[in-house]
Amino acid sequence: MLKSFVKLLSAAAVAVPVALGAASVAHAEGERFVFVSHAPDTDSWWNVIKNALKNAAADTKTSVEYRNPATGDIADMARIIEQAAATNPAGIITTIADFDVLQSAIEGAIAKGIPVVTVNSGTAEESKKLGAMMHIGQPEYDAGKGAGERAKAAGVTKFLCVNHYITNVASVERCRGYADALGVELGDQMIDSTQDPTQVYNKVKAYLTTHPDTNGILALGPNSAEPTIKLLRDTGETSKYNFITFDLSADISAGIKDGIVNAAIDQQPYLQGYLPVVFLTQYVRYGVMPANNVNTGPGFVTKDNISLVEKLAGEYR
Amino acid sequence: MADREAVLTAIRDERLKRQSTLRRLMAMPELGAIAGAILVFLFFGVTAGGTGMFAADGVLNWVTVAGQLTIIATGAALLMIGGEFDLSVGSMIGFAGMMIAIPTVYFGVPIELSVLFAFVGALAIGFLNGLIVVRTRLPSFIVTLASLYILRGMTIALSILFANRTIVSGVRNFADGTWVQALFAGKAFSGLFVWLAETGVIATLPNGDPAVKGIPAVVLWAAGLALIGHVVLSRTRLGNWIFASGGDANAARNVGVPVGRVKIGLFMTTAFCATVYATCQVMEFGSAAADRGLLKEFEAIIAAVIGGCLLTGGYGSVVGAVFGALIFGVVQMGILFTGAPNDWFLVFLGLMLLTAVLFNNVVRRRVTGER
Repeated sequence: MLKSFVKLLSAAAVAVPVALGAASVAHAEGERFVFVSHAPDTDSWWNVIKNALKNAAADTKTSVEYRNPATGDIADMARIIEQAAATNPAGIITTIADFDVLQSAIEGAIAKGIPVVTVNSGTAEESKKLGAMMHIGQPEYDAGKGAGERAKAAGVTKFLCVNHYITNVASVERCRGYADALGVELGDQMIDSTQDPTQVYNKVKAYLTTHPDTNGILALGPNSAEPTIKLLRDTGETSKYNFITFDLSADISAGIKDGIVNAAIDQQPYLQGYLPVVFLTQYVRYGVMPANNVNTGPGFVTKDNISLVEKLAGEYR
Repeated sequence: MADREAVLTAIRDERLKRQSTLRRLMAMPELGAIAGAILVFLFFGVTAGGTGMFAADGVLNWVTVAGQLTIIATGAALLMIGGEFDLSVGSMIGFAGMMIAIPTVYFGVPIELSVLFAFVGALAIGFLNGLIVVRTRLPSFIVTLASLYILRGMTIALSILFANRTIVSGVRNFADGTWVQALFAGKAFSGLFVWLAETGVIATLPNGDPAVKGIPAVVLWAAGLALIGHVVLSRTRLGNWIFASGGDANAARNVGVPVGRVKIGLFMTTAFCATVYATCQVMEFGSAAADRGLLKEFEAIIAAVIGGCLLTGGYGSVVGAVFGALIFGVVQMGILFTGAPNDWFLVFLGLMLLTAVLFNNVVRRRVTGER
């Protein structure tokens, strides 16, 4: 019994990658790109980007591999970029989750003659300094500041920033931008919520109970926003806070329709997956590349334009 | 044959049993891991042969990953043979990184002193871990699980307190040109690689540099620590004490082995290894972050177990742990080289490790005749 199980296992272990190898040979007429993200496996937001990569690969007749460090450890991500460069792809698309850590890996790929486009995390300046072709993303501090300006107009004075990815510099920049727009110190108004929904729920609950004069909430994505929406539904405090969140998901859309969430900052991640593949393909085939960086956000989704967005949330929006 | 041997044994010393050299080689704990490593290389030779995995920069990639893991696996293996676990290795990597980065960047402490401070601090924490385990006789699993949370929590809390952020960057500004950076993040034998590139053995970059600039310090640290660990374990009295402490602590105590001191020393060793790992990482990447080293304690223990260490202690080898780390590193990066879809990455990783360990186990049982 055990013996046949072992045989089956080893057969599967050999057969699956061989089948995959055959599949990638069939696509061999197209260029191969590698997309490296910093997100841990548990971050569902990246599903939109994965869908965008699939569409872009189909539209341009190329193949795109999505890679990420399983635990979100950026030092592991540097190794993945080095690994990607060693396979000599036609191009590498990567986030700049931490400039210092990724610098030598990205510069190494560029030195090998591989064109690199940076997306999502990181700034246009960092991208240029690395020697990447362009940066496609949303300026984080400015996006946070935009949210803060809306909140200030709505009368927010004390706020809570629910940060589910506190080790990412960009996430802190968002909270800082929001605080600066209000004209207050960030201080302890940012909490490390972790990614576990139950923990987010209870940490936010504890904060709001101990800080009853809070009147604004900034969530940094579905991982922090969804449990917070659930909490506000449970407590019935659906209109007590000016609630702005980054990014969209089905739950967030429902929250906007019900008036719990005032606005969602949409950085249009689909474009961050789709555009770099298209740009790199054109560059590899015809040597053309736009001269500017692309800002895909911030766009604000509110009750007024939610119906258009809602249908596609979590898949393409 | 058997008669002759019996007679010979009786003449020499009835307590000694003679074994053939081949049989002795076969009974080594690392044998299974070596066989598993060969299997893994054959597998990737077939599935990822043409992808650049075995080109110079591809080899450097998985050797570096395996080397990093070897550093902490060596400590973990020694401690497991000594009969204890250390689950705080991963958190210690994050904490040690901060002990280097925060004093350097925020308090103007010279980087050499910060590194010394990190090593002293880590050894003190390792000492404390060991002392609590030895004094309270609580399972080290629980004690170091507490350290796992405390150290990770302190890494986040102290970095926010002192630096108001969880990634402390800019260490490179203080480290560039110092001997500690050369020691922990330098590249050795760069002349050799320039020559190899000129002769065409390895590829060159468009700008004329060789594709691999040298052997990274982290790999040399791994080799050095593993060698020291192996010699101490297999050639010294201390090595015998480690086996004895892990095999049966009471019996060891009765024959005069200082079990408590051995175990405390081993906890300090794992902390030391974690700090070497952290220092290499901080010097190479120029920053420390609160989430560095997440789950690395499990990778270290996995490497030691693949390498033939028993979870119950008293049996295992450092060489085995090195091959365990090699298997883990090669599988981890090799899957990426095969181009397998990312969503299935962890499934493949698990299956490959299971296959390697089952194979390792089968081989070891076959040749040792153990049931």
